[in-house]
Amino acid sequence: MSGVIIVWSVTIAQLLLAAAMACALLRLVRGPRAQDRILSFDALYVGAMLLLLTFGIRAGSTVYFEAALVIALLGFVSTVALAKFLMRGEVIE
Amino acid sequence: MTPLGDLPVWAALLTGFFLILGSTLTLLGSVGLLRFRSFYERIHAPTLGTTWGTGGVLIASIIFHSVLQSKPVLHEILIALFVTVTTPVSLMLLARAALYRDRSEGNDGVPPFETAAESQDEQPRSSGA
Repeated sequence: MSGVIIVWSVTIAQLLLAAAMACALLRLVRGPRAQDRILSFDALYVGAMLLLLTFGIRAGSTVYFEAALVIALLGFVSTVALAKFLMRGEVIE
Repeated sequence: MTPLGDLPVWAALLTGFFLILGSTLTLLGSVGLLRFRSFYERIHAPTLGTTWGTGGVLIASIIFHSVLQSKPVLHEILIALFVTVTTPVSLMLLARAALYRDRSEGNDGVPPFETAAESQDEQPRSSGA
């Protein structure tokens, strides 16, 4: 009973997160300017992080947690670096 | 597969509820990102996914793993803390960069450059006098 509930809710959550990532990807392709693309990239990596966490729930293991943490870290650093690049024209001064 | 059947039903229901809450809010944020008109409206939308979207999925993960291993598993709080701290920082940097670009190109709908420059000019003068 509870296995059925978990499997179905994880499947629904994964579909919703994949749809969210598809919306962000569409904005990434369509986005009129560079800042729109960076913003949608930010939304895309948050979606990927949440998707990894749902994979962890489905597999019942905590191994996926480290990968989600690494994605969160690298996504923050890359967003800051790209915003800095838009502002100044170079990342490290 | 792991023994998911060992999980009590209340834990499964709570996990499912928080999972679907979090992923629905993330989807709503992404739809907002797709549909708003200007960049300054769009930058508000994905924060829905980084606050309660992340929060819901992380609460579901905490409940699931804590009940399954019958001990508190709280390391997901690390991700919640990190995302809560870093999202405002990166989005403020991005909004400032976008504002700088719009101002330097003289686009409509953003306050012009001169106000910022004047306030910066006046600051040392008043402190010097």
